[in-house]
Amino acid sequence: MKKLILITTAALFGGTVAMADLVFPSLSYRTGPYAAGGTPFADGYADYFTLINERDGGIGGVEARVIECETSYNTEKGVECYEATKGEGALVYQPLSTGITYQLIPRASADGIPVHSAGYGRTSAVNGQVFEWIFNYPTNYWNGASIAVKHILELNGGDISDKKIALLYHNSAYGKEPIPTLQALSEKHGFELDTIAIDHPGQEQKSQWLQIRREQPDHILFWGWGIMNQVALQEAINIRYPMENFIGIWWSGAEIDVVPAGAGADGYKSLQFHNVGSDFPVFDDIEEYVVKRGKAAGAGDQIGTVLYNRGLYSAMLAVEAARTAQELHGVAEIDASMMRDGMEALMMTAERMASLGLPNFGPTFQVTCENHGGEGLGAVAQWDASAQTWSLITDFIAPDLEVIQPLIEADSMAYAAENNIELRCN
Amino acid sequence: MPEQLLFGAEVFLNGLMAGVMYALVALGFVLIFKASGIFNFAQGVMALFAAMTFVGIQDGQVPFAHLINAIFGTKIHHFGWELHSLAAIFLTSLVMICMAWAVQRFIFQYLVGQEPIILFMATIGLAYFLEGVADLMWGAEIKTLDVCLTDNTCLPQGINQLIDAKTYDWFGYGFFIDNLDISATLVAMLLVTVLIVFSQYTKQGRAMRAVADDHQAALSVGISLNYIWILVWSVAGFVALVAGIMWGAKSGVQFSLSLIALKALPVLMLGGFTSIPGAIVGGLVIGVGEKLFEFLVGPMIGGATENWFAYVLALLFLVFRPQGLFGEKIIERV
Repeated sequence: MKKLILITTAALFGGTVAMADLVFPSLSYRTGPYAAGGTPFADGYADYFTLINERDGGIGGVEARVIECETSYNTEKGVECYEATKGEGALVYQPLSTGITYQLIPRASADGIPVHSAGYGRTSAVNGQVFEWIFNYPTNYWNGASIAVKHILELNGGDISDKKIALLYHNSAYGKEPIPTLQALSEKHGFELDTIAIDHPGQEQKSQWLQIRREQPDHILFWGWGIMNQVALQEAINIRYPMENFIGIWWSGAEIDVVPAGAGADGYKSLQFHNVGSDFPVFDDIEEYVVKRGKAAGAGDQIGTVLYNRGLYSAMLAVEAARTAQELHGVAEIDASMMRDGMEALMMTAERMASLGLPNFGPTFQVTCENHGGEGLGAVAQWDASAQTWSLITDFIAPDLEVIQPLIEADSMAYAAENNIELRCN
Repeated sequence: MPEQLLFGAEVFLNGLMAGVMYALVALGFVLIFKASGIFNFAQGVMALFAAMTFVGIQDGQVPFAHLINAIFGTKIHHFGWELHSLAAIFLTSLVMICMAWAVQRFIFQYLVGQEPIILFMATIGLAYFLEGVADLMWGAEIKTLDVCLTDNTCLPQGINQLIDAKTYDWFGYGFFIDNLDISATLVAMLLVTVLIVFSQYTKQGRAMRAVADDHQAALSVGISLNYIWILVWSVAGFVALVAGIMWGAKSGVQFSLSLIALKALPVLMLGGFTSIPGAIVGGLVIGVGEKLFEFLVGPMIGGATENWFAYVLALLFLVFRPQGLFGEKIIERV
């Protein structure tokens, strides 16, 4: 009994200490079929928080604590991770999976914990009037589809009415996300849209690429993930499809997607919602305060890769939202609802990014009560196989909100009606 | 020739080629099931493990480098060598033999006489264990696979120019056949020939067949079950290496490679779990069936039919012939 009391006291004491931290759970996947993509993201996410703790002494003087929980990119495990960590005082969840995000939307909304799905998840969560606790700034899949079409328009002198665009997609909720947007854009610009599904995991895509070879689309948009990406690149090379006309979403545009295909992948394009490479001052700080002190996450060998940068960028957005929340509420030890307020008031300006050592690293945007997605900008990057580097070849491009906004409105309002959600921000 | 017929012929040929790739995976399952009655759930992971080991050895990667560095504070990652592909295949085969010995020594030796479901569960455990070991040994990153005999003779990929040109001359439409698939077909033919010669004309092969036919009778004539099972797992390990190399050449070597086992299951259901020719024919039927269905019916129902249609096809065969096309007929006397 005495022992039990001691353990309980220690646990309570430990709990009190934990409350003094700012807790950021990291639902990572370093194992399983998608580990190659999950590991660099998790490293970048963890390293940025380590940097903030080591260099700045935390956020507003309070240490950030990252609780990593392995999901293996499995939705059930993701939900288990959420349930296991939410009691630790979690400020925000970044599930890194559209499937997990969909599962967490009702749970986190009921628990009053914000969810941030940057560049994935439910697109219509942009509507803050309906989704109080869900955020998806700086951009989303529908914006991605629009940005890709805008790029194709630019390549074709503004007229694509005689063009055929194929969407090659992961046959899942994720892969199907851009279809309504592309259909609306097809009506607006007059191009022919062909949708071609690939089943998970996508190791065998011969049928799809024979179809592409027969139908000869002028451009291919690609929504793939995991092994599907590497196989698609190889198959495109096999049928000698022009790589500069092949554009992947940001989840199909990392080094791991193109390197296995070798020189043939040269010229392949992908969308990005953050910059690429390590030519930014913040990486000097990471070297000095994280790597040299032996505190780099994982093996420390992913720094500067596309997915590492995405993890770092996501962590930076979380830190800046926490800072905003601290300023708004005048306290350093914020809770999840204060964090939500900070996220809703987040403004990323060029000056702010430069002051963080990340000049032009991401698009500028402002989150509001009504708009949880920001302005939705994204850029196009291209792979140089000889230099083994990605480079942004456009500025951050604004999506066609004239087409997307009504779709967001319709989808989010339908969700609100289904779930009896009262609109806010009035 | 009508255009659709030409497209259909191209799809048919590509289906045959895809079927060979499926059969390569299915062969490993058949070997182990035939000799020991174990449905080896770990066969896909063995292909992954073998391919990762092949690339690791070839590139001179230090196994367990991250673990060693974390424990001893060192920074070693590479031995600094680049091995020839054949040497790497040889060394990987030795690793697979060691794995076979360990599997037999530490798992199945203690499970002799257990129910098939227990043995199956053990292979599930083995699959996850092997996946973890592969991760610790070689890391989770995607590895590029280069199999070359000389600097200019590597595993080819891309459209076969000759077939493209010839079919264009004949029909006005050039057929797409992937060079990698042609290579896989040749390798599969060679592999099956070697397996048949081994099982028919060598002492060990005959002992393997004897064990497959009747364990107790084989024991009574002095055949060591332990030795034969290690031999079978070693051969299955080598088959897994071949499958891992062929599939890994398409996508790079990565953890998703273990999912190729999913492609082998309908092949086994159709071809039977105990027949090497069954695995080949089953692979071809599944490959052609799923590709033609996708070509003819897929566009009408939204596409992506291949995964489920392969299983529908296999189930149809099961209904009429539960033991599969080439499986041993199930006779139970009361």
